[in-house]
Amino acid sequence: MDKNRFFFQHYGLTEHDLERYLAAALSAGGEYADLYFEYLSSTSLMVDESMVKSASQGISAGCGVRVVVGERTGYAYTDDLSSERILHAARTAALIASGPSKTPVVGFQEKPTRSLYPVTLPSVDAEITAKVELVMRADASARAYDPRIKEVRASYSDELRNILVVGSDGTFAEDSQPLARMNVSCIAKTEGNSARGSSGGGGRVALDFFFGEKTPEYFAKESARQAILQLDAREAPAGEMEVVLGPGWPGVLLHEAVGHGLEADFNRKQTSAFAGLIGKRVASEKCTVVDNGTMPWRRGSLNVDDEGQPTQNTVLIENGILKGYLSDKLSSRLMGMADTGNGRRESYEHIPMPRMTNTYMLAGQDDPEDIIRSVKHGVYAVNFGGGQVDITSGKFVFSASEAYLIEDGRVTAPIKGATLIGNGPDVLTRVSMVGNDLKLDEGVGTCGKDGQAVPVGVGIPTLKVDRLTVGGTAKKDPGGFMQ
Amino acid sequence: MSQTELITKNQELKTDLREIAQDIVRRAMAGGATDAECVVREGDEFSTLVRLGQVETLKEAGSRSIGVRIFHGQRSASTYSSDFSGDALDRMLKSALELARITSEDPFSGIPEASQLGSLAGDLDLYSADVYSLPGEERINYARRAEKAALDYDPRIKNSEGGSFDAATGHKVLANSHGFVGEYQRSYCSVAAVPIARSENGAMQRDYWFSVARNLGRLDSPEEVGKIAAQRTLRRLGGRKVKTAKVPVVLDPMVATSILGHIFEGINGDSVYRGASFLAGKLGEKIAGDHVTVIDDGTMVGGFGTSPFDGEGIPTRRTVAIEKGVLKSYLLNTYTAKKLGLQTTGNASRGLAGTPGIGPGNYFLEPGKKTPKEIIADIPEGLYVTEFLGHGANLVTGDYSRGASGLWISGGELTYPVEEITVAGNLKEMFFNISEIASDLEFRGAMACPTIRIDGLIVGGE
Repeated sequence: MDKNRFFFQHYGLTEHDLERYLAAALSAGGEYADLYFEYLSSTSLMVDESMVKSASQGISAGCGVRVVVGERTGYAYTDDLSSERILHAARTAALIASGPSKTPVVGFQEKPTRSLYPVTLPSVDAEITAKVELVMRADASARAYDPRIKEVRASYSDELRNILVVGSDGTFAEDSQPLARMNVSCIAKTEGNSARGSSGGGGRVALDFFFGEKTPEYFAKESARQAILQLDAREAPAGEMEVVLGPGWPGVLLHEAVGHGLEADFNRKQTSAFAGLIGKRVASEKCTVVDNGTMPWRRGSLNVDDEGQPTQNTVLIENGILKGYLSDKLSSRLMGMADTGNGRRESYEHIPMPRMTNTYMLAGQDDPEDIIRSVKHGVYAVNFGGGQVDITSGKFVFSASEAYLIEDGRVTAPIKGATLIGNGPDVLTRVSMVGNDLKLDEGVGTCGKDGQAVPVGVGIPTLKVDRLTVGGTAKKDPGGFMQ
Repeated sequence: MSQTELITKNQELKTDLREIAQDIVRRAMAGGATDAECVVREGDEFSTLVRLGQVETLKEAGSRSIGVRIFHGQRSASTYSSDFSGDALDRMLKSALELARITSEDPFSGIPEASQLGSLAGDLDLYSADVYSLPGEERINYARRAEKAALDYDPRIKNSEGGSFDAATGHKVLANSHGFVGEYQRSYCSVAAVPIARSENGAMQRDYWFSVARNLGRLDSPEEVGKIAAQRTLRRLGGRKVKTAKVPVVLDPMVATSILGHIFEGINGDSVYRGASFLAGKLGEKIAGDHVTVIDDGTMVGGFGTSPFDGEGIPTRRTVAIEKGVLKSYLLNTYTAKKLGLQTTGNASRGLAGTPGIGPGNYFLEPGKKTPKEIIADIPEGLYVTEFLGHGANLVTGDYSRGASGLWISGGELTYPVEEITVAGNLKEMFFNISEIASDLEFRGAMACPTIRIDGLIVGGE
């Protein structure tokens, strides 16, 4: 693998410096210390009313120092990468411990890592005019889709994050992480009616991705299609019913219902509704769920996590049985379990914690059409906004932005956006059919936890959930219990 | 009025950052910009989390950043950097000047007129160095005391996500090529507790409470915070679903603030000029019930949403957005005001990069006379919401659908806890159906709302 040694080249760092900083971090008796160097450059462009109204570029760089002793973590950071400021941060973080100084191991070891996003020219360094072309093409395509599309906003953003992680255990890892995405949002208007649509995608890809695989026209048409469709949406039903989730982005169900609850920190603290359930049934036997950080080009993928550990493909649920948690260094040490390479952070200003990468359910045996046909009265949800979970009670929501009624085994009228709510530890036990059509999302997911945002991916095949509460406004049955 | 010096009683600020900002503006102009604006931000943060009596994290750091927005006639672009070295600042300016060549001519773009710029005089009481005055061990004790009060409150509380104490200060400088330069400092501290209660059947519930203030003296005692957190958590134990029904819904102040937030999104000039809000074009029309009066006031002394000038250097002001249900004013920055043929309301919010957005000053719903208890007492069967989950509001159509939990109201009293339910309706009707507003307005952030009752919502359950 080609070593770029970014921080050695650009900031004159040496291995000796790194050892000095780590020694300072352990000077008050810490058991483990690490340094996270980050240099992030980013670009963003936005077109609105067919004009490029906003263009920006920027750079942020810094170093975060973490010191761990038992369950305690001391953290300090600096955006000034001079020796003096890093040493100051190291000594500040060191104060979490109180005891005789410890010595970091001598000699760093760099593990071989994958190369999941080998871009030759990072998009952040590509010609800005090509990016302008992307947003202008998206705007034109969305407007051409239908005369009722009246407002279009198209945006493009990319970044390149260079990181170096070194630890007092000899960890040494660097990575150069590209990330790019496009987004198109539309508003359709008729006499007295309006609706919105939105679409986007990307990944850890170079600019040519948007000129080949997924063009601006692809996202623009999808966004416009959704807005036009929503013009005729009728009220969504309210109450418990059968719900069929389409493949791909509706996988946000897994992210909220089980993913967060399986992050090791919550289970170490026994604050998750999934605590103590390893080896127990938490889903129907048709369900196998993994978190896979090793998929080439994907938004949620990483060669190494933000603690320098190679990412992996971790089985969370196998044929319905809970198999494992997602862990970082701290949790794996305190819980005596393997580090799954899920230690992530938003930036050098943040303490790493267990986070998801790409979380999805493996394909099953069922034909998606049979799944729809099996439903007498229910909802078919194919696109979602975001979701949220209370990991302690297990209650989670996710909001459908494109959904249809299913009546007598047929998909019929589009319905308005509605929130779906369920209970994480038992929603997957109600999955009675799993399609053979696994799909991952387009690459738009951003997950928030404790105020830290990180890019993630999700995916599912078509799924049937026998009972889920749909938060609509229409009566479920005529003459029901509505007042 | 082209008074552009920040004059306040307790802070005669004239710092190096001001020199840097003015220098960047001068250099941008010398480099060919027709206008320029520079923002510099500097901040410090401290936070500690104590869990089950033991320190879990201690974090302490400071950082700064700089951003510049430049204009080439009607084209604009922005760049930023966290590196203040000469090279980095040169590169920041150079790329801003280059980037501005590829953006579009927008006849409405530009910085405010010199005559509009200025800064509120007088002491706004936004900064107190005392947020950092506690010695290290005392700060940890604040967090520890809050958690302990929650753990000691009831034997069913055995676990916790911890108690925390946070403090931060921020310093902001804004300068532009119309002669404006201003700066201010703000401080903040907070104490919080997040206990977990377990019922006999093993089901867990978590809730939280916090106190936040601009100076330490105004913070509630950690014991009070812990006790309320415990009470809020315990009342959730044994939550059940209810049957789908159309009933009156009462929102506690924390969740009611989110409804007020939707009004904010709806009258935000950016959504209005694009027609991305169902409230666009409704100026002067009735959009809410008679007793709904919504005010945005960026000038309140000591307020969480107070600043002497907005993100573009416009003095903040008091704007009546909705008066007795009639939409009186949108909330605007310079760009959206020009697009709509109106005047800015001093609500520009400026990040490091991009075009300015729109943010609230101190934004609130005027309180009524009844107590929350009196409002609940009128309801035979209904829902009292203490938490919303998810983000199911669509400002284009008004469609509203969110996950919720709370307490069931029966016979005018709060009875058993409910969870795993949804609340749905349409904001167009919901604003009219705010049938009661309580007297319990309290600011815990820039937005605040008293307890409110909304009729006509569908509660989705079994």
